[in-house]
Amino acid sequence: MEKFTTLTATLVAIPTENIDTDQIIPARFLKVTDKAGLGDNLFCDWRYQADGTPKPDFVLNTERGKKAKILLAGDNFGCGSSREHAPWAIMGYGFQAVISTSFADIFRNNSLKLGLLPIAVDKETHLQLLSLVEEEPTTQISIDLQNQAVVLPDGRAVNFPIDNFSKTCILKGVDQLGYLQGHAAAIEAYEANHADRVNTLAR
Amino acid sequence: MSTNKTPQTLFEKIWQQHVVAAEPGNPTVLYIDLHLVHEVTSPQAFTGLRQKGLKVRHPGKTMATMDHGIPTTPPDVPITDELVIKQINQLETNCQEFGIPLHGIHSPNRGIVHVIGPELGLTQPGMTIVCGDSHTSTHGAFGTLAFGIGTSEVEHVLATQCLLQTKPQTYAVKVEGTLGQGVSAKDIILNLISRIGIGGGTGYVFEYLGSAIRALSMEERMTVCNMSIEGGARAGMIAPDEITFEYLAGRPAAPKGKAWETAINQWFALPTDDGATFDQEITIDANTLEPMITYGTNPGMGMPISGLIPDPDAIKDVSERQTLMKALQYMGLQAGQPLLGQPIDVVFLGSCTNSRLSDLRVAAQLVKGRKVAETVRFMVVPGSQQVKLQAEAEGLDKIFKEAGAEWREAGCSMCIAMNGDQLQPGQYAVSTSNRNFEGRQGKGGRTFLASPLTAVAAAVTGKVTDVRTLL
Repeated sequence: MEKFTTLTATLVAIPTENIDTDQIIPARFLKVTDKAGLGDNLFCDWRYQADGTPKPDFVLNTERGKKAKILLAGDNFGCGSSREHAPWAIMGYGFQAVISTSFADIFRNNSLKLGLLPIAVDKETHLQLLSLVEEEPTTQISIDLQNQAVVLPDGRAVNFPIDNFSKTCILKGVDQLGYLQGHAAAIEAYEANHADRVNTLAR
Repeated sequence: MSTNKTPQTLFEKIWQQHVVAAEPGNPTVLYIDLHLVHEVTSPQAFTGLRQKGLKVRHPGKTMATMDHGIPTTPPDVPITDELVIKQINQLETNCQEFGIPLHGIHSPNRGIVHVIGPELGLTQPGMTIVCGDSHTSTHGAFGTLAFGIGTSEVEHVLATQCLLQTKPQTYAVKVEGTLGQGVSAKDIILNLISRIGIGGGTGYVFEYLGSAIRALSMEERMTVCNMSIEGGARAGMIAPDEITFEYLAGRPAAPKGKAWETAINQWFALPTDDGATFDQEITIDANTLEPMITYGTNPGMGMPISGLIPDPDAIKDVSERQTLMKALQYMGLQAGQPLLGQPIDVVFLGSCTNSRLSDLRVAAQLVKGRKVAETVRFMVVPGSQQVKLQAEAEGLDKIFKEAGAEWREAGCSMCIAMNGDQLQPGQYAVSTSNRNFEGRQGKGGRTFLASPLTAVAAAVTGKVTDVRTLL
């Protein structure tokens, strides 16, 4: 996982509510055995014409979209399936953070394990960000993970929630698996203590 | 049970029994009893193990099958999709290398992962079960804590048999009363989601309670729990009871003899204690439920079959209004109009929601003596090869075929449209599956989610029909 501490970047808005993982990356692109190339098909069915050519007015096909590092999306982002291909595709395109008013559980979990920041802000801040992007598309905002803050161009800092464990892992760029492996003795002890139950399948 | 113990919910009991470590400020290390694996969300996890030089900690607590990309054409028709072939080969290699039992392409036990887990008796009360698939919630019907995970987490479980989890909150869904004729388990869950919305259960685990839930068969309970994720909840659970034990007894992986007695005693202690409290609750009156159908592009956009498509102009919130307008535009539907009478191109009976033997039985019973409308393609896709064999033994395949339906091999099929079974742009389908997202059943396809009975009613009339008029 790449370290994430601070980011100052432009953002692009796809303000649709309830963007599901089938929109983020349609299922026909899940027939892969690695993570390569998924970014090219991010939002595929909204982004390309029927003949496969890019829709010039869709924001991810513009120069501005390609430079943006932050995706501003509508409420309940990432609902639907558990496919980690969704955050892989978002990161593959070049985004490092997604801002919304709320996220679906599995998407948020997957993103935190990869270091893609799911940032939930209040509705007022969300609206302010949307109008900022609309009025001045080159506006940059800053994300400060240590202080859990989104800093707006007017200097206002808006805090966002993130659990301490995920935050520490992302700040250090450390895979969460290491923490689990560190519990090898506890896992062994648990298995010894629950031999009658955890071996259900072997009975 | 001692009287001075704090009353606990089913969820809390299972959670507590699986805590390996809980350090303040860190997520809980939760033990996983059963890990189900399929070909689409696992390859990168095995790659991760290889890169780190790790083994699978408990191959025997892991079970793999292939379902998402598998064609439902007859077995003698070769698979032509190179990408699907690659995923199948990769899963075979991975299972062989890491010693994981696999119900592969030619196994008589192959099928949709959430159909075969219970069928084989692997799914047992009190367990924690995970799979790289959001409909893992299905297994909650047995009184398990079962939820979908991403591929990073698949790797975590393969390597350590544990997951890092933050404890979710609890949400009681009470369904009281008796379902009317033509109203089914699918209508209960579609009604719940239409009421709380697709984000309504985010952060919660549902427990389904009440007389209408207790009256459901195991297969119907699986239908309800299956779509918990469509309400935003990662898991949904139903306390085990005699119906659960009767379903499980004698299944291949179920405990036998003295072990069965021991297991039953443990399982009897699982149901939520009197006086236990939930963080949130809702009550549904089963007596007044109608068959449900969705009209929009997420499972929360549902209504009673006799209802009118809602009007965006009546919605105050701007983004909610835009969401509905966008959905109706995609669906090609008019606000304020009924859905009854809407012409249909395709009917899909299948998916981990509704592809079990009882689903096929009720559908066949209604199909018998009727013909599929000439304008409709009706696909019947059993959830597993075992379901297919049993249905054929009962002659259900003949009933479907005589009516003009397609009788296919087992798999996820048109629920996720990865295997070539898909809608054409603009087509309308009534589907017994779980998601009506844009393009879910094929690019440009338009899906109405409903029960198997409502699906058959559409198949034989060629349009959206209230099944109660055919009973």
